[in-house]
Amino acid sequence: MNFVYEVFERLLPFSFMQYDFMKNALIAVLIITPLFGMLGTMIVNNKMAFFSDALGHSAFTGIAIGVIFGFADLNVTMVLFAIVFALLLNRIKRRNAVSTDTIISVFSSLGSAIGLVVLSQNGNFSKYSSILVGDILSITPAEIGWLLLIFVVAMIFFGTCFNQLHSMSINVSLANSKGIRIKLLDDIFAVMIAMIIMLSIRWVGILMINALLILPAAAARNLAENVREYHGFSVVISMFSGILGLLVSYFVNTATGPTIIIIASAVFFLTLLTKPLVK
Amino acid sequence: MKEQFEKKDLVSHRLRKDGKSCGLHCIKIKDIKVEIGGTTIIEDINLHIHCGQLTAVIGKNGAGKSTLMKAILGEVKHQGSIEFKNMQNGTFQDLKIGYVPQHINIEKNTPTSVFDLCAGYISRFPVFLHKRKKVYEKVKEQLSRYDAEDLIDQAVCDLSGGELQRVLLSIATTPIPNLLVLDEPVSGIDKNGMDLFYRNIEYLKEHYDLAVILVSHDLEYIRKYADNVVLMDRSILAEGRPESVFHSEAFINTFGNIN
Repeated sequence: MNFVYEVFERLLPFSFMQYDFMKNALIAVLIITPLFGMLGTMIVNNKMAFFSDALGHSAFTGIAIGVIFGFADLNVTMVLFAIVFALLLNRIKRRNAVSTDTIISVFSSLGSAIGLVVLSQNGNFSKYSSILVGDILSITPAEIGWLLLIFVVAMIFFGTCFNQLHSMSINVSLANSKGIRIKLLDDIFAVMIAMIIMLSIRWVGILMINALLILPAAAARNLAENVREYHGFSVVISMFSGILGLLVSYFVNTATGPTIIIIASAVFFLTLLTKPLVK
Repeated sequence: MKEQFEKKDLVSHRLRKDGKSCGLHCIKIKDIKVEIGGTTIIEDINLHIHCGQLTAVIGKNGAGKSTLMKAILGEVKHQGSIEFKNMQNGTFQDLKIGYVPQHINIEKNTPTSVFDLCAGYISRFPVFLHKRKKVYEKVKEQLSRYDAEDLIDQAVCDLSGGELQRVLLSIATTPIPNLLVLDEPVSGIDKNGMDLFYRNIEYLKEHYDLAVILVSHDLEYIRKYADNVVLMDRSILAEGRPESVFHSEAFINTFGNIN
């Protein structure tokens, strides 16, 4: 870690880089934002924005379970609960008895409510309020290790399964006729989203995480004409908003997550205005 | 177009030397029944489909046509069996199905080009990384069979109904399947596009060992191009040559007398 710190100090000889928390935060941003840029495009293509939002809300319950059973590392219960939650949602979605939106909404509310009930017992919720807006400045090197791990896993997944995932988003029956194992792929993707969201949610914030997933992809759609441009723009916009947001939040002393979202939103509206010119 | 087929086809070994389908492959659909949530959607479906023939499935909305296609594709749970038999030597083979869907989930403003769409089915190299020359050439070749190679770099969401359909047909027939399933693939297409579509299907079924099932509402085209017609409403009401089905009592009860 010290080596990485030194590299950062050499490369970025700014006063704010002398603090370890800023270096950690910058490393975290450099891992989270490209990952979200990539994942966001797939979520938008597969119309899963509501699904990822519900997963984010289930973090409350994941944390609550961890607190009840006295886990030292809340990551474990959050990730495990989110995986179970995601697979359960997929199963119910496939039954097709009720509209998917309704089902996801019910699960999302229930996931928040159970968590909030447990965490607010004895008026203790203020202790956990930082997870609402996130606190990337408090990230530790060990937590960065988790992020790095999920980053590598996600890149391997995208590298091997992207085309199949893309085919699935276009037409399920067509993908099925080409021998793509839809259910398995759908479940793996849901688990992937669950893990990525859970391992970054305490740094980005429950209220902000879906915006950070959707905004870069939505902005990229306004500029791109093919899949390569789409992903390239999305990753660049996501990283740009993340780095600029971190710096701005440092200088004007605001919460980092929301600052990043405001910048990403500004970029989105900018692309909306320039869309007629580039397309 | 025919010359292009023969020259450029990637799977030309399947192209019969005499230019005719052998007619010796048979798909036997036996006692298919589909129940969803306790309700029977379709039952008692028995069909024999031979290669080199176009079988059209017709019926009013909600008759279970799409469900039957999904059962054939193995997408919904069903009772009964679907066998693919080579009648020359009596052996059973795995059935490869090509499918042209009714809709694809590509809205306006979706950054997916025709290349991205096609490459996803024939290559595992992630399309978001790099446009590989080898894959690009392959896609171009598959599109050229339907005179669609110029569309390769266009956005899928900007294609006309007929263009999209030719692209989808090229995806469904790469590689050439044993059975081509077309689920109402001709919505929003003008008359020229329709004629071209049916001529393409005709060429495919005559020159390859493949059978075609088409779900459609275009009764006039079916009368002109189909070899067999199946009229269904939960089960099969009438089956046979177009003329005999079109004159059957069940047909007149469903669509009125259009003769």
